[in-house]
Amino acid sequence: MIGWGVLKGLAVTLKRFFQTYFVTNKLGKNHYFTQEGIESRYNPSTEGIFTIQYPEERHVLPEEFRYLPFLLYEVNSEGGKDYRCTACGICAKVCPPQCIWILRKSDQATGRPVPHPEVFTIDIDICMNCGLCAEYCPFDAIKMDHDFELATLNRVKNLYSMEQLGKPVDYYAKIRPINYQREESARAPKKQAAAG
Amino acid sequence: MTNEFVMPSSIDGADEYLASVAAQETRPGFSGWVIPADQNQVIIRHLKENFNYDFLSSVTGVDNYPDPTLEVVYHLFKSTGGGALVLHAQIDRNDPRIASMVPLYRGAEFQEREIWDLFGIQFEGHPDLRRILLWEGFDGHPLRKDWKEPFYEEDVKPYKSRWPEGKASLIEEQNPLRDNVQFPAGFTPKNWTPEGEKKLVDAVKSQPVSEELETDEMVLNLGPQHPSTHGVLRMITATEGEKIVSLKPVLGYLHRNHEKIGERNTFLQIMPYTDRLDYISSMSNNFGYALAVEKLMGITPPERADYIRVMMAELTRISSHMMANGFLLNDLGAYFTPSLYSLEERELLLDVFEAASGSRMMCNYFRFGGVARDVPPEVLVKVKDLVENRLPRKIDELDRYLTNNELVMVRTQGVGTLTDEQAINFSITGPILRASGVPYDIRRSDPYSIYERLEFDVVTKTHGDVYDRYLVRLEEMRQSVRILKQVLAQMPEGPVMTGKPVYQVRVPAGEAFGHVEAPKGELGFYVISDGKPNPKRYHVRAPSFINMTAMEQMSIGWKIADVMAVLGSVDIVLGEVDR
Amino acid sequence: MDKFDPNKDGVVIPPELQHQVTVTTLDKIYNWSRSKSMWPMMFGLACCAIEMICTAASRFDLARFGMEVMRSSPRQSDVMIIAGTVTKKMVPFIVRLYNQMAEPRYVIAMGSCASGGGPFKEGYNVVPGIDKYLPVDVYVAGCPPTPEALLNGLMTLQKKVETESIATSPWYSKKAEPVPVPLLGPDLIDLKKIDLFPIQIPVESQPEPPAASEVGGAE
Repeated sequence: MIGWGVLKGLAVTLKRFFQTYFVTNKLGKNHYFTQEGIESRYNPSTEGIFTIQYPEERHVLPEEFRYLPFLLYEVNSEGGKDYRCTACGICAKVCPPQCIWILRKSDQATGRPVPHPEVFTIDIDICMNCGLCAEYCPFDAIKMDHDFELATLNRVKNLYSMEQLGKPVDYYAKIRPINYQREESARAPKKQAAAG
Repeated sequence: MTNEFVMPSSIDGADEYLASVAAQETRPGFSGWVIPADQNQVIIRHLKENFNYDFLSSVTGVDNYPDPTLEVVYHLFKSTGGGALVLHAQIDRNDPRIASMVPLYRGAEFQEREIWDLFGIQFEGHPDLRRILLWEGFDGHPLRKDWKEPFYEEDVKPYKSRWPEGKASLIEEQNPLRDNVQFPAGFTPKNWTPEGEKKLVDAVKSQPVSEELETDEMVLNLGPQHPSTHGVLRMITATEGEKIVSLKPVLGYLHRNHEKIGERNTFLQIMPYTDRLDYISSMSNNFGYALAVEKLMGITPPERADYIRVMMAELTRISSHMMANGFLLNDLGAYFTPSLYSLEERELLLDVFEAASGSRMMCNYFRFGGVARDVPPEVLVKVKDLVENRLPRKIDELDRYLTNNELVMVRTQGVGTLTDEQAINFSITGPILRASGVPYDIRRSDPYSIYERLEFDVVTKTHGDVYDRYLVRLEEMRQSVRILKQVLAQMPEGPVMTGKPVYQVRVPAGEAFGHVEAPKGELGFYVISDGKPNPKRYHVRAPSFINMTAMEQMSIGWKIADVMAVLGSVDIVLGEVDR
Repeated sequence: MDKFDPNKDGVVIPPELQHQVTVTTLDKIYNWSRSKSMWPMMFGLACCAIEMICTAASRFDLARFGMEVMRSSPRQSDVMIIAGTVTKKMVPFIVRLYNQMAEPRYVIAMGSCASGGGPFKEGYNVVPGIDKYLPVDVYVAGCPPTPEALLNGLMTLQKKVETESIATSPWYSKKAEPVPVPLLGPDLIDLKKIDLFPIQIPVESQPEPPAASEVGGAE
């Protein structure tokens, strides 16, 4: 009979329509705005409504998620910021669109280079979020951030300086716990050798 | 390992013929033959007719600066399978002319126009030699090594101005017009009239008009902004009433200078740029490029890395074909519902990519010698769940929904047919070639990675119309699920990278052509290195660009609404077409 | 998300009438009705377009914000989301489409390519940011921005629209002129800069080493 294919196709759409009512209500009131509800919509066995309602519900960000880079600093005993960066320049050399500028500090008296950056700039209008700078930094000083809410009304502020890029190490431990554990256990013997 | 693979020409006797007319390539790391430039048509015609090299995969231009020669490189294959036959032809820089291949292989048409556009080599006998990626009136031939772009800083990266004396500045400040433009000396717009589009309209109208009715031919423009979501593609058609008489695609609206940037980058820095070529399936692009450079370096990845690579490539194939079928239906008029169902499955696959590599679309996951990092164990659990439970069910649901729909069948059966000889002559690859009846799949004809150990079928249909291409993509998804089940069952433990991760890779001198079966067709990367940190020439053999050559052949005689269906079945991605 | 409060500041409504009467200003109602039903123009250029399509798809739904109707005709749309790299060959078309959009109209530059050239800025066919030709309202950073980042950008635009006022709006003050369409000659010619021709510095000389401008210096 002509039209049978169309009707069978419409049956698929009708089934999905009913699923949005009956399957969704399995969790009852806990389907929306709860962590449990969000997880159930990421599961491969999900049927029914698929929407994650931003901004009340947030997408579950995996640990490896990368957006813009940021510099790590440790808070020292006086409350100041000790940046881990030594201005070795590997991130500036490996960046594909060359969006990192580093001015290495020089000792005022002797003029010899000091392993610390004086000025560190990233142009985020050129950055392609590739993560190569974080992957090849030998001092764990620059890592990729999870923050993506960066919409602005004007563009003048898009050259990020060291102060804008700096975030404490606890923030890094919170967003990437497994990587942090692995790196701390690799740095621990070096730290002990330096202290002892 | 040097280039020890067995050239097909040494098996079937073409080597003796070539030894009589050409010279072996003697540069270190290069393979193939050097043919005299004025004999290229004669030699290649002989190879095509007597030795069955009927598939011209790629025509590339190379600038050998500071040598005073330009070079044209041909890669020939047989449609029955096998490796590449590489031919080099050297021409003089000050008078670059060479005979065109279009009378023999129509698939060379767009590629030769691109070489004219970017290098300035004239092809004699080409039916329509105009610029393709840039506009008529552009000043210069950009891929020549002595042509500098307006925002030129230094010859190669990394730039000295970034470290250790790096003071940030916007590059616009160094240009007198504060913009990415440069003009010949003494140019003023007040004394100049724009050329307009006369050449373009003439090219489309010069086709023979039918002699039966004295109807007037109308020139109709489709694009570059149109509701079909394939991107910024423009097609100029000449129509008689509503029937198409001739059609010319106008490309270059997304030409992002991938190859020129590639010559300035180091080998590792090109990897994130390859993601942006076919931006829907970025893992396949990474795969092709990693294979090409690994051929030059002579390294192979460990077992586990190979299995992870194949897993990512097949997941990408499923997500790309889902989207292609969804958007084909979008073009036919089923406004967005099948696309929504396909995008749901694609979102779950993008979650897998995000957990493994860090980004949904621009994965940047492959490295030379393996992959960047290991997959977390919960990702493998999720892939197993998807492959065993969800994907087969959803592919069957899509099948039930669309395949026997009378409207889909009436609009797509018989539309836009391409016979198998035409498809091979146009250098078409991918699902289009297989839907026309030619069982050519690079995973079987020139195997790479671990595909020889895996069981799967090469999906072929016979009619070569839009409906068959839809069916081929649907069935290929099922074959990819079959491959994934085997990969998950066989994946070993172990390291995922050969050697330590270094950012300054040492690539010995030579040339390599690494190609993979991407979801859109044969994606090839032609890399020439001369031992320095950055490549000397980097070219992408883009499947969507070459598949567009057949658009005119498939559309002639059909109506405008059918052109959109044909375009949806060719499944192009503009990032690849324009690079 | 703060709920919309239509009441004019400073007006006190007795409790028995609070669900029936509201005293508001023309600006508030006008801005509310515009910001909650902006129709985007479907204008995807490159990879960011795929993320825009995913934003309109089931998981991150644009219809919840009133933006479900993606018109392809510029006459019927309110906001133009420039998603992807802007190339010189394409710029005349973009400017023409912008001139054809009916006012009030807004422009969102999505991704680093539309904001400032992106990773392809050094190319010879790339325009370093669409704000060289069009006035941009919101810049969304990322390469590509995830759908949630784009939704954040759209919410920023909604907040911006809610602060506008009819009295100072440029569209009703007859000052707005159409943007001149650039021409394609030996290179892209911006008609606003036509008085700078012929350029004094010859093109063949090497560019100067980077000027020592301060961090955050605007161009």
